[in-house]
Amino acid sequence: MQPTPTTKLPLPKPSLERFRGYGPVAALILLCIAGGLLNPDFATVDNLMNVLTRTAFIGIIAVGMTFVIVSGGIDLSVGSMAALIAGAMIMLMNALAGAAQPLGPLATVLLGCALALLLGGVLGGAHGVLVTRGRIEPFIATLGTLGIFRATLTYLSDGGALTLDSTVADVYSPVYYQSLLGVPVPVLVFLLVAAGGAVILNRTAFGQHVQAIGSNEQVARYAAIRVDKIKLMTYLLLGVCVAIATILYVPRLGSATPTTGILWELEAIAAVVVGGTSLKGGSGRIVGTVIGAILLSVIGNIVNLTSIISVHLNAAVQGVVIITVAYMQRGRR
Amino acid sequence: MLTFKRIVGACLLAVTAGSAMSAEKITLGVAIPTATHGFTGGIVWWANQAKKELEAANPTLKIIIKTAGSTPEQANQLQDMLVVNKINALVIFPLESASLTQPVTQLKNKGVYVTVVDRGLTNPAAQNAYVAGDNSAFGKLPAEYLGKKMGGKGNIVVLRGMPSTLDNERVDAFNAELRAYPGIKVLDTKYGNWNRDDAFKVMQDYLTRFKQIDAVWAADDDMAIGVVKAIEQAKRTDIKEVFGGAGSKTAVKRIIDGDKLIQADVSYSPKFIYDAIKMTATARLKGEALPAKTIIPSVLITRDNAKQFYFADSPY
Repeated sequence: MQPTPTTKLPLPKPSLERFRGYGPVAALILLCIAGGLLNPDFATVDNLMNVLTRTAFIGIIAVGMTFVIVSGGIDLSVGSMAALIAGAMIMLMNALAGAAQPLGPLATVLLGCALALLLGGVLGGAHGVLVTRGRIEPFIATLGTLGIFRATLTYLSDGGALTLDSTVADVYSPVYYQSLLGVPVPVLVFLLVAAGGAVILNRTAFGQHVQAIGSNEQVARYAAIRVDKIKLMTYLLLGVCVAIATILYVPRLGSATPTTGILWELEAIAAVVVGGTSLKGGSGRIVGTVIGAILLSVIGNIVNLTSIISVHLNAAVQGVVIITVAYMQRGRR
Repeated sequence: MLTFKRIVGACLLAVTAGSAMSAEKITLGVAIPTATHGFTGGIVWWANQAKKELEAANPTLKIIIKTAGSTPEQANQLQDMLVVNKINALVIFPLESASLTQPVTQLKNKGVYVTVVDRGLTNPAAQNAYVAGDNSAFGKLPAEYLGKKMGGKGNIVVLRGMPSTLDNERVDAFNAELRAYPGIKVLDTKYGNWNRDDAFKVMQDYLTRFKQIDAVWAADDDMAIGVVKAIEQAKRTDIKEVFGGAGSKTAVKRIIDGDKLIQADVSYSPKFIYDAIKMTATARLKGEALPAKTIIPSVLITRDNAKQFYFADSPY
């Protein structure tokens, strides 16, 4: 008889562990106070929106990354994937706009976005297949595709830049630059993705299975969880998140270059881990990831808004803050 | 064993003698970095352009282009070109100065004529000729231009590339020239990593921080793109001028079209690889030597002369 899959696995959470989860929040509040003291402009609505908007790309990717990391995997290719998707979108939209019978700019943009989502799903799904069917360590599989994706974009762009046709860019640019009720569109999308991610991770069977696989894959298998399918889904989900982030990214500069999305993978992984998810998998919180992503951009923002230390040391400041936050939530293993 | 070594030695001698006899045929090796960003993309394109034109014009000339992503890869390619392709002239854009000096010296000792482009080697004896762009003019010309344009007073913010000698040379030259205009204040200088996205963020924060900015020295055309987007987003009208650098296709196009913010640029074109290959090939075909040092001047690009710097087919 086929055993029925368990929908809820007991995940004991001691109260102390819960308390540690506030480390990133506390750090973020302290940083914001420091930022406000160092430069009063830090606390303006405009600056706040700037920071949140630029967090959106990494934040959305980090939400997807949380699932992959919680399941015990990793994806190093997200920055390259974003660059490749951006390049492919731009090429398609330019081709459509330059065709003999051009579609309307709006239809062109919609088709471009559809391609992005499709490509994100396919590339993410391919990672899932490599990791599950191919039994390749995710670190290696995605390190390989990191090179493949970026090289493909460099080839497509001839080493230069792919730039979006200006008529399409005019229709498309509000997606990054427009605000609804005073909140920039990318921030709204980021919030929606984060809320969706939190619901899926904590309130669905799929989310519980992801956590179960991350804490102990063998046990999960014995509990009749379809480990391979769930793992594949996490990579696919991340691919879609990368696609959403890219859809928001392209209208900002309207171009893709071989340096697009460089090191995004490290920022996304850092956001997830600073947010309290263990790199070893098993448990994680989307809210933590969101705070982690915002924290990382706030550090960069404060460093830019002040000139108390040499610019050569910017990266050192970020390093110190990251290590401090990690220290504040030590013991979560 | 000793006899074996002698035989090998004799063979090697015979081979080198053989290649020396057919010296009127020039096999020119070109070692350049792989296209990882706009500028290196331009390098690769211009090198191929030189190959196409020169090989068509000179039947006795053969050009072999190798692109490398890392220093060891480039060093291996140098050996391959010597042993397999039997090159007798080399144009190299070294990925790094110090670690490639030794491999290049070995080629030169084997009789290969060496032209080094852009980044000098640590030992000048390793090269026959040196061709480079003008990094101090890259910083000096914008300072001079902005100084005059702003009437000697106002606020400038500066974005710089990545920590490197090349970047230092440019920024030092900019600051030195700006001393002639004491009324101009440089509000701050931050790294934008020659990257559009990073420049966008740095500029957003400059805009938050400084309420009155008159001009931006973005020090690179890619960074200028991010800067302009940030200014447009903030709808700021105090900034009158954004000065990039390198003379990329898009920047030159904007100058030709009469852009509001980007009105001038300084040339630092990847075309110098084309010039270096052409100079080396022409000189070697005649059996001549090149001058020890050739600096391809950086020139101020304004609307008057911009057309000369626009190459429609180049990716950069």
